[in-house]
Amino acid sequence: MTTSVVHTSRRPSSLAERPEHSADSPLSIHAMTVAYQRKPVLWDVDYDAPPRALVAIVGPNGAGKSTLIKAALGLVPRATGLVEFWGVPFKHVRERVAYVPQRESVDWTFPVSALDVVCMGRYRRIGWFRPVGQAHKRAAMACLDRVGLADLAHRQISQLSGGQQQRVFLARALAQEADLYIMDEPFAGVDAATERTIVQLLKDLRDAGKSAIVVHHDLQTVTQYFDHALLLNMRVVAAGPVEQVFTPDNLQKTYGGRLTLLSEAAEAVARAGINVR
Amino acid sequence: MNLAPNIDLFPILAAVLAAFCCGLLGNYLVLRRLSLMGDAMSHSVLPGLVIAFMLTGSRAAPVMFLGALMAGITTVVLVELIKRLGRVEPGAAMGVVFSVLFALGVLLIERVARNTDLDADCVLHGQLESLFWPDGPARWLDVLHPATLAAVPPQVWTLAITCAVSFVFVLVLYKELRMAAFDPALATAQGFHASILHYALMVLVAGATVAAFEAVGSILVIAMLIVPAAIARLLTDRMPTQLLLSTTIAVVAAVMGYLGSIALPSAMDKPQVNAAGSIAIALGVLFFVAMLFGPRDGVLATAIRRFYLTRRIALDDLLAALYRHEEGSPITSRFAPKVYARARRSGLVMPGQDTLTEAGRQRAAELIRRHRLWETYLVHRAGISADHAHEPAEHLEHLAEPLPSGGPQHDPHGKAIPPGVE
Repeated sequence: MTTSVVHTSRRPSSLAERPEHSADSPLSIHAMTVAYQRKPVLWDVDYDAPPRALVAIVGPNGAGKSTLIKAALGLVPRATGLVEFWGVPFKHVRERVAYVPQRESVDWTFPVSALDVVCMGRYRRIGWFRPVGQAHKRAAMACLDRVGLADLAHRQISQLSGGQQQRVFLARALAQEADLYIMDEPFAGVDAATERTIVQLLKDLRDAGKSAIVVHHDLQTVTQYFDHALLLNMRVVAAGPVEQVFTPDNLQKTYGGRLTLLSEAAEAVARAGINVR
Repeated sequence: MNLAPNIDLFPILAAVLAAFCCGLLGNYLVLRRLSLMGDAMSHSVLPGLVIAFMLTGSRAAPVMFLGALMAGITTVVLVELIKRLGRVEPGAAMGVVFSVLFALGVLLIERVARNTDLDADCVLHGQLESLFWPDGPARWLDVLHPATLAAVPPQVWTLAITCAVSFVFVLVLYKELRMAAFDPALATAQGFHASILHYALMVLVAGATVAAFEAVGSILVIAMLIVPAAIARLLTDRMPTQLLLSTTIAVVAAVMGYLGSIALPSAMDKPQVNAAGSIAIALGVLFFVAMLFGPRDGVLATAIRRFYLTRRIALDDLLAALYRHEEGSPITSRFAPKVYARARRSGLVMPGQDTLTEAGRQRAAELIRRHRLWETYLVHRAGISADHAHEPAEHLEHLAEPLPSGGPQHDPHGKAIPPGVE
């Protein structure tokens, strides 16, 4: 697997003189700044995601992790910067990118069944105005089966547990048959069985040559679940293979000043030391 | 009560058409938690009407429609702007926009249109009664004559066209609208721009509001946009059923309310009341009925479920107490005689005495097994001390979780856990 450590100390080159990046990288971000109400949330982010890898985006609350994803996907406006997927703008490769938003971002009392939600992953393939055909329903059903929810397909989504709801979201992303999976905190508040399902799914995706970029809040499991990490706190603190960037020094820079988190980080690094292959 | 086509045909038709398009589009307002948008639209069209009149000096239907439609669209844009720039919650943004615009409309009417027949009262209560057809036939069969078509008032035409457009819009964009309402971020990421769909929908809502309120007034428009969809929400968990139910309910309420406005007062020897008002009240009554008798969260359904649950728990607790008694513990809780009676009727307790039957012992053993497995779990896994584990286990034992087989033989108090039945 090819890896590259991004040196964030250097000023990002202006867009005109930026070196042509690899069309192999599923997500390249150049000099991206995002601001809400004139208050910057992300500052000058430069990042190239490695192909065929599982990447964790890690950082404290308010570090701009979700914003990074949303801005890359054009869901929140960027003040400056350029984002490309496999070397082309997002609008040309929408079907190759599956997005799993935070579970709390939607209304789970909405009158749809689990299968209805998974079918939404195929709308792009189906196209405007056409109804969801049987073939697409079968494909969606297969994805529900992959996350172990086939027998709950016709349940209204409010009757599912939190973990099951998260798995419905994953199944919806699978139904898109994308090459890059961008997930916002898929592990937040899920049960152990769901966590295992997600981890297995991520590994299967990587083995099938796909990539995943996952906002992750649990420092304990970063080294265990992911190949690469992007440490973020408004700016990119460090990015690269976990064993290189997941260091006490970098974590200190990312979580600087937050003592409880810092000790948590130290503990995580200690564990990582044991786990390093 | 006698209905005659020359009096009732067009008012009923207008009410039904207004009910249909508002009832249909209202679903998306209720599902996106934008119910107040109906309120906002129907109030803020007033300045649109007045300004259109000021500019053209005409009260012709197309002029009024256009003016009101522009006002509706302005409302949507203003609400979005205020939400974004003013950093206030959507409800407050809508409240600010429509109250200010409505007030502006009222002022303009006073200043500019004092001498015309633009009348704030008509705006609020509508003029279904103005749709009477004085030269129309007095028999319903004669309505089928082609000449009827020529007599259809413009308001009814506008409503019919709005209905057709809304229906086609919802039908063709069914899946897109559903995704954009459920998960706008995903819809946008997939190229179905949620904000464009939102604006298209809002333009239609503005159109429906304007078309409907000329006939039925703004109060009824609010009721028709929100109440049928809210009723359907209480009755179903399926989107197609939701759409079907809300439109059916709206149409039924329109007919019911219109007939009621004639029949009820005449039964009491009073003059006919405002039809729009009685339709809105019919909707309110239907909502109340759905709230009481809804199958899922209805007050009655909840009470019945709770009653049966209480009964089952009382019976379970009795069986468990008798089981523990057989183990040598005293019975500490007191059970009502009717609980004993029910247990005996179900063949779980021996008739005439306080001992379990074989069936009763089996069910009690399962329950005790649940209780002691939970206690074991709470003590060993959740870190609760042994003397505090009984209370939570007492609640948890009633959960209908599948009962695992195998596992520990004794609970933290050293009592035997009855073996699982295969």
